[in-house]
Amino acid sequence: MSQPTPETQESAVPALPGRWERFLDSYLLYSFKRDVIAQLSLLVFIALVAIAVFAPWLAPMNPYDLAQIDILASELPPFWIDGSDPAYWLGTDAQGRDMLSTILYGARVSLVIGFGAVALQAILGVSFGLMAGYLGGRVDAFLMRLADIQLSFSTLMVAIIVGALVKAVFGGAAFSTYAVPLLVIIIGLAEWPQYARTVRASVLAEKSKEYVDAARVMGLRSRRIMFRHVLPNTLSPIFVISTVQIANAIISEAALSFLGLGMPETHPSLGSLIKAGFDYIQSGSWWITLIPGAVLVVLVLSINLLGDWLRDVMNPRLYKG
Amino acid sequence: MALLEVNQLDVRFALRKGDVHALRDINFTLERGERLGIVGESGAGKSVAAFSLLNLIAQPGFIAGGEINFEGKTLNTMSERGLRKVRGNRISMIFQDPMMTLNPVLSIGAQMVESLKAHRRISTRRARAIALEKLRQVQIPSPETRLDQYPHELSGGMRQRIIIAVALLLDPDIIIADEPTTALDVTIQAEIMSLLLNLCEEHNVGLILITHDLGVVSQVTQRMLVMYAGRVIEQGPTREIINDPQHPYTQGLINALPQMATPGEKLNQIRGSMPSLSNLPGGCAFHPRCDFIKRADGRTRPACVEQVPGFVSSGNCRVACHMVAEMQEDRRLKEEESS
Amino acid sequence: MIAFLIKRLFHALLVMFVISIIAFAIQDNLGDPIQQMVGQSVPESEREALREELGLNDSYLTQYLRFAGNAARFDFGYSYIFNQPTTEVIARHLPATLELVAASTFLIIALSIPIGVYSAIKPRAWLTRFFMSVSIVGISIPVFLTAIVLIQLFAIGVSWAPFPADTGWGAWLNDVVSTEGGMPAYGRGDPVPVFGTWETNFASLDGLTYLVLPAISLASIMLPLFIRLIRAEMLEVLQSEYVKFARAKGISMRRVYFLHALKNTMLPVITVGGVQIGTLVAYTILTERVFQWPGMGLMFLDAIQRSDIPLIVTYLMIVGLIFVITNTLVDLIYGLVNPTVKLTGKPA
Repeated sequence: MSQPTPETQESAVPALPGRWERFLDSYLLYSFKRDVIAQLSLLVFIALVAIAVFAPWLAPMNPYDLAQIDILASELPPFWIDGSDPAYWLGTDAQGRDMLSTILYGARVSLVIGFGAVALQAILGVSFGLMAGYLGGRVDAFLMRLADIQLSFSTLMVAIIVGALVKAVFGGAAFSTYAVPLLVIIIGLAEWPQYARTVRASVLAEKSKEYVDAARVMGLRSRRIMFRHVLPNTLSPIFVISTVQIANAIISEAALSFLGLGMPETHPSLGSLIKAGFDYIQSGSWWITLIPGAVLVVLVLSINLLGDWLRDVMNPRLYKG
Repeated sequence: MALLEVNQLDVRFALRKGDVHALRDINFTLERGERLGIVGESGAGKSVAAFSLLNLIAQPGFIAGGEINFEGKTLNTMSERGLRKVRGNRISMIFQDPMMTLNPVLSIGAQMVESLKAHRRISTRRARAIALEKLRQVQIPSPETRLDQYPHELSGGMRQRIIIAVALLLDPDIIIADEPTTALDVTIQAEIMSLLLNLCEEHNVGLILITHDLGVVSQVTQRMLVMYAGRVIEQGPTREIINDPQHPYTQGLINALPQMATPGEKLNQIRGSMPSLSNLPGGCAFHPRCDFIKRADGRTRPACVEQVPGFVSSGNCRVACHMVAEMQEDRRLKEEESS
Repeated sequence: MIAFLIKRLFHALLVMFVISIIAFAIQDNLGDPIQQMVGQSVPESEREALREELGLNDSYLTQYLRFAGNAARFDFGYSYIFNQPTTEVIARHLPATLELVAASTFLIIALSIPIGVYSAIKPRAWLTRFFMSVSIVGISIPVFLTAIVLIQLFAIGVSWAPFPADTGWGAWLNDVVSTEGGMPAYGRGDPVPVFGTWETNFASLDGLTYLVLPAISLASIMLPLFIRLIRAEMLEVLQSEYVKFARAKGISMRRVYFLHALKNTMLPVITVGGVQIGTLVAYTILTERVFQWPGMGLMFLDAIQRSDIPLIVTYLMIVGLIFVITNTLVDLIYGLVNPTVKLTGKPA
């Protein structure tokens, strides 16, 4: 933005407490300090994100590099079971890849898709929600009917159908090559209604308040009112559902991959690791599927617990039903 | 023995930071057929008092001490089962907002019949007949059709009539009415109030009327309590208090009535606002707003800031105020000197 | 009520219209019937003639109308992989899915209402804390993972001996933490034929054992959701004035909880339940995949794998129809429970 906005000018005034001081003084931080579960969840979540980000440096081997794979060392159990190899701490999968390394890389893929998809959902959902809530009339009716239909089909169902169609159009090989961006788009398209409905509900609530009337009386343009005045007030519900949505997106990605509509096994996410390992569960090699499964659950659980805590603390008007 | 006797009632709310006193040292009695008003600003503890009589205060509120004696039985130590036999049967309640009081998904008839069946062993047909009779008493238009209607099909005034009918269903000894007309249209407030008054007189039902409206209290009740910040600060016969209020707060309330202001002048109001119960000022809770805190020589009365005032008698009334107590003391000293 | 029904019907038709457009677009762009019918070797001129004959060169509108007309008569063409009318293929797979959904819906309703109500009535009880903790964990486990864990525990079995096996208590504890396995976890077993293509797992004990693990898996994801929803709504309702008034009338707490409060609690729960039916169908695909349950979901995955476009299209249309019907039913139930619906045509 080229011109200085009133907000930046205001925050330049020294008398006002800065964002950091306000944060330190906030109820959010106060209740976080008192909530052990929230602290633990945040710790676990940050740890998982960190090991995913630094996977190339942390992992003992590169699971994408076929040269490093020793097919003779396949289906080795993790360290606490007899017959394990100390070189492979969590054992190996059916192709002889080190489980620890595939899990680190897999968590990385899952998180990238999860965050990417939520970013896309948020952009679509917030824009549509603002449009529906603020403009009302036919735009509102059309967008909300679309959201209704999509939601009644369920977001996962939409993702499965769109995923199936995209795979049919691109063909299996091309789909595998571009799987990450395609999954981001599929899950992003499938889940925008959640954001749109929440944003629309808060816009409608905010719209009836006096400050919006005041802004209109002052002659501000409606787009400006929407982004500068209404949007900031819808942020807390957006923030709260974002946590839930990241968990949902990660689960959706895992589900798609499990059905063979997601990440290929050569470039696995946690979901495709579970799928790959499932075929070997009958032969007793449960770790190939259940260890990545446990990591997925811990990741999703930490996000859900954080989301629960945020919902309790911020208590926003969430769209019900 | 009075029908209802409240002794030293003490109600607290268990909050994380510790208990907050919602009511302290509440004492009053109610005779059969008597009408008592409880007056005060919102937050003074009137509704808590009403709900605590039947032990219906919501968590985290609880009765921490005192006694509520009804027909010689102590209600606050009674079992839930025993209390249930009193609730709605011997003592019934009328709530503030008729739009919220009736269950939206149950028919009027169902909500009346269940009340009767909870306390008497009668057939549904008989219960419906009684319900219909009570609907006639509250002068609802076409009562026959109402039993099968749902609350949303009725106006606020009609719903409050139905709630009054529910309260009368089992011919109770006492009705506790918590701001029964506040949520209604101004035009029908008087109608509902006089209906309630007439029914109470007709059936010799005692009434505890909780309101912030001194006008209504003066028309309906025989005795009244004025509450401030969880305490009673003045109590006695309604007429005496209205005509000659002793406590500065009561005086302020009466002066604030619109009919007390000279036309064209500003309405009188008590400056400031009531403190929150969790953060009461020391001494007399009213002292930060009190005009009598300064003595003739301009010094602040130390007692007002330091000591919680006890009750002194003044005529048939009892007042909790240092100013009144001091003036009476001064008068007594003067009389002693002259004699 | 009539106005309400007409409105619902209109909405249902609109949804089916949108779905049919999508289905038509898929068929038109992805399915090349000529390719499927005659293969590669046929010359272009013959293909063109066939195309003309099948009406594939007509305008989109004409083609769509033909598609919609056929769809209304449940005629969606032939499945490539089964070489049968697609509707027959669906009819053969539908009962398995419906029975699975019925069994888990039963589990969800039978467990979520008592647990949700209990947790709302006794918010501080340790049992409530336990239910709440389990439910947040339950929400975080994807349905296919629950299924895999159940297979490991009850189909394959776990022998675990962390305690000294030579002592009596150690052996006993080892027995407690180990599981036997042996539960069926693959397919439907031998369901009992009822009539037509409908075979049931409900008619025999053996059939029911096949249903146990898949039904629990499918229920596992919805159950915590509904427990939390019912608890949250019930907590809100218990704060309401009408619940206080009901208590002040002296009626029994059982009646206050299970009539006054529960009936109001169920209104939003019914609405959410309607929305969740779609999710349930999506999860049947995952559950059926894990347990090789021969229902519509497994058939759909097969159809995707082998690009059986007519079968995919038929699946979409039938599933869309099921959604529309169930959503309308849910709205009707909502209307029956909520008296304010009847007059105004929508909830007040």
